[in-house]
Amino acid sequence: MALGVSRQPYRHGVENISFKARVEELSGQNLNLCYQCGACSSGCPLSREMDLLPSKVMRLVQLGRDDPLYSRTIWICSTCFECEVRCPRGIDIASVMEALRQLMLRRKYSEVRLESLDPEELGRLPQIAVISNLRKMMA
Amino acid sequence: MSGGEMVTVYIMGKRYRVPANLTIMKAMEYAGYQLRRGAGCRGGFCGACSTIYRMRGSFRLQVALACQKMVEDGMIITQLPFIPSEKKRYNLEKLKPGASVFLEYYPEIARCLSCNTCTKACPQDLMVMDYVQAALRGDIKTAAELSFDCISCGLCAVRCPAEIVPYHIGQLARRLYSRYIVGPSEQVQRRAMEVEMGRFDEEIQRLKSLDTDTLRELYSRRG
Amino acid sequence: MSHRLAYYPGCTLKTNAINYEISAIASSKALGIELVELPRWNCCGTVHALARDDVMHYIAPVRNLIRVEQMRGSGLVDEGRLVTLCEMCYNTLRRADMGVKEDQERRRKLRDIMEEEPPYRGEVEVVHLLQLVKELGWGKVRERVERPLRGLRVAPYYGCLLLRPRGLAIDDYNNPTIMERLVESLGAEVVEIPFKAKCCGSYQTVHMSQVAAMLSHRILRQAMEGGADMITLACPLCEYNLGERQERIRGLFPDLKYLPVLYFTQLMALAFGLEGSAGLEFNNPDPRPLLRSKGLLGESRK
Repeated sequence: MALGVSRQPYRHGVENISFKARVEELSGQNLNLCYQCGACSSGCPLSREMDLLPSKVMRLVQLGRDDPLYSRTIWICSTCFECEVRCPRGIDIASVMEALRQLMLRRKYSEVRLESLDPEELGRLPQIAVISNLRKMMA
Repeated sequence: MSGGEMVTVYIMGKRYRVPANLTIMKAMEYAGYQLRRGAGCRGGFCGACSTIYRMRGSFRLQVALACQKMVEDGMIITQLPFIPSEKKRYNLEKLKPGASVFLEYYPEIARCLSCNTCTKACPQDLMVMDYVQAALRGDIKTAAELSFDCISCGLCAVRCPAEIVPYHIGQLARRLYSRYIVGPSEQVQRRAMEVEMGRFDEEIQRLKSLDTDTLRELYSRRG
Repeated sequence: MSHRLAYYPGCTLKTNAINYEISAIASSKALGIELVELPRWNCCGTVHALARDDVMHYIAPVRNLIRVEQMRGSGLVDEGRLVTLCEMCYNTLRRADMGVKEDQERRRKLRDIMEEEPPYRGEVEVVHLLQLVKELGWGKVRERVERPLRGLRVAPYYGCLLLRPRGLAIDDYNNPTIMERLVESLGAEVVEIPFKAKCCGSYQTVHMSQVAAMLSHRILRQAMEGGADMITLACPLCEYNLGERQERIRGLFPDLKYLPVLYFTQLMALAFGLEGSAGLEFNNPDPRPLLRSKGLLGESRK
């Protein structure tokens, strides 16, 4: 659960831009192209752990609903790009997931806190694991 | 009074006319400030007088040590008498020199963007980004050598967008370097042995027996 | 006469994946390629910043590309390509390079921010070592083999970042064969697994290790059921999830057999008769008992 972040409708501070348009801007993707075929969801290796399927996330954003911001999905995603290669319409769904994460991270929400990580474990992990994790999960 | 040229400086937003041949620190004192924090050795070595300033007409944010930098006309100055940071507690005897020790104690080092802002903020012109990066990949020697002249003034830490405190990284690197890589100093070990063998006992006893005036004279005639 | 190429190690190759570096340098040399490390480099960032307005996260990778151009200028290398070993570094450096070549506005901003560096001229091409080996030709590889890895059944594992997103795949992203060809050229037998290019869990291993364990377990099980003796791969994070963490996974699934995980360069070093430079002592699980039992370590030759 996204602690400490209100469930208010999404406010950007930018007057004339809708949530959907903001996601499109950050991800560089045209969300209108998605016709809900479900190829992304079926290919996603982590879809079973997600509360919202990737294709459902796409649908919600198309409808201007910001539920995905408060889902587990965007934080479970491992950015493997399986969805990007499978999409028949050429949409980079991984970038859409990243855009949703960025909208939370840029509001100072962190999914991972350094204090909750075991220091001994940190000492054993390869640097690339820690660096990439913090880049995706920490504000 | 020096009777020389005067310049205009802005100390925390207030305008003052001060002699041009003063350091920022002396100029602040000339203006009437009494520095209880933000002043130390006055010799560019303790890192207490971290100062940031802008020049009128330029957007650039510049850094200096107040005791070393001379004032210039149009300087807009403030001191940073304390930079918040937390040195992690570690037992040097129990550490292993390598990248993992940094990830264990200062995991925020993983956030380094290689933006070089720290290097640009260093009043000692050290290659800060390079020593942080060296630590991240376990190259203790390079991290120790490049951070050698660091005086922990904290200006790098204040500017870092990833909220890393580079001088803590450098300090740990230097400690690991001397403890594990360079090894104990030959000269120190030899001297310690000489002391234990009693080579200096007689001289110390002699000094202990002297009165204050004789000691004072000896001291001023030393070397 | 060795062909000198700029080589970007990445932080992990100097520590946890030192065996990857040692074996890569040795086996490349055997093929006539000299990997010249960038004299000054920094962490590339490990992952590409996907937000389209991002400029800040391009600084780190582009700085490294500038170093390559400087190397070229100093005559330290024979051409403008940059070779990487780590898949994450390949992906990040390549995408950053593409990002500044395609977007002139971003390039201008970066030049402004990195005012202390010469501007990036856009003359670098980022490649992965596997591409170079394929370019040399499998015949060349076969020629160099002194000890064919006969009787060794190897399951190639690609991970994600060499093949995806589409734009930078080093091979057919639906059915890659580059690693299979390499394994065969070294005399070993290929075991193809369905999840050979499916995510191992990646960075989730840091705070959601059970998620990474679940994904890695599936890959290991397929390799086991396919009759593989070992897995070969090209990424230190995959190696960590499949190798270092294997014991923990076996704790949850005790029937999982012991499966060594080797970098493809270690297989090359072994096959080229450069056992001493294969870095096998660093691998966990230890592959040496298995290799010894197959007669692939020690005295015996062709």
